[in-house]
Amino acid sequence: MDYGIAGTALATGLLFGFVLEQAGFGSPCKLTAQFRLTDWSVFKVMFTAIIVAAIGILLLQLNNTFGAQGFFVAETYLWGTVLGAVLIGAGFAIGGYCPGTSVVGFGSGRIDGLIFMLGMVIGVWAFAGVYDSDFIQAAVNGMQVSARTVPELLGVSPWLVVVAMLLVLAGGFFAGRALEQRSQGVYSAEDITEGRDPGNHDELGRDLGREASAARRTDDD
Amino acid sequence: MSCQVRPLWPPFIAGIVLGLVVLLTFVLVGNGMGSSGAFARVATEIGLQVAPEATRENAYLGGMAQGNPLAAWIVVAAIGTLIGAILASVSSGRFRVKVDRGSGRIGVAPRLLLALGGGLLAGFGSRLAAGCTSGVGLSNTAMLGVAGFVFLVVFFVVGILISLLMRRVW
Repeated sequence: MDYGIAGTALATGLLFGFVLEQAGFGSPCKLTAQFRLTDWSVFKVMFTAIIVAAIGILLLQLNNTFGAQGFFVAETYLWGTVLGAVLIGAGFAIGGYCPGTSVVGFGSGRIDGLIFMLGMVIGVWAFAGVYDSDFIQAAVNGMQVSARTVPELLGVSPWLVVVAMLLVLAGGFFAGRALEQRSQGVYSAEDITEGRDPGNHDELGRDLGREASAARRTDDD
Repeated sequence: MSCQVRPLWPPFIAGIVLGLVVLLTFVLVGNGMGSSGAFARVATEIGLQVAPEATRENAYLGGMAQGNPLAAWIVVAAIGTLIGAILASVSSGRFRVKVDRGSGRIGVAPRLLLALGGGLLAGFGSRLAAGCTSGVGLSNTAMLGVAGFVFLVVFFVVGILISLLMRRVW
């Protein structure tokens, strides 16, 4: 690997970790709150990112700018994808992270993030140990989907898929806002740093934690 | 360095920037951002140190056993991810060395055991899906890939269901 490739890997990885931490995704509390439906940051960040990237890729593909028509998109082996998603979803709910965010958690000082990373290495060894079994071979090689992308599979314009994703994002935004208001609210930077539940509400329903942080911010300015 | 804890980026701002980072990765490298692949390479490398023959003969690890693990793009990217998270958390006053026990309903040892178990499931699962939330959920979906959409739906549904059993923890 030459220095140019190493440089792009380091730079893009660095930006990736920087943004995820700024979104609060080093915190297993904030991450798993998406699954408790009390903090919709994960959904909003991921779906916004997917739509922004998808629109950018489609625009670049119009004139094959930067060779965009050749950007990599993997084949789909349905059972492998479904079973993998089951285990990663379960691992996320149990351990508090997914692979990328465990690195971000460790990078923000969380030892549990490092232990999750160690668990992943053991998980890879476990997979390697049973890789030859009929079950795993059937999962990773079987049920190949005929098309790589959803527009190809359905025979529709990719822009129609983007519009559908925008509608899902809008739906998730309104559903998320309603559920966030019914719950304790989203985790603030103070909540995830000091390790406490969001929204220390007093009897008037004011969010003391957020007011305190807002006051501190004003003092700072 | 300030001790002031700075606010998080609003989700839509973080989402737009994250989308641009994924787009930049595609432009520079030709594929999206991944994370779990780095752990497969690291697992292979540790295997080569501890049990070289068994690792080379293994049908899965053997294929990855050639070359320096740092030669793998994805390992360098993961190191970048770690550095990026350190820079962000230190510069915003959010860096704390700790075992994150959430609101503290469980002890340190149970929390670390859950982290280890969760990591084990995610490590195994990431090899079945040939990627994780980053590589399949984010990057493949950005290419409108079938795998990405399938992954995201299953991932969220299972996460919500298992999360019901974890209420004592968080």
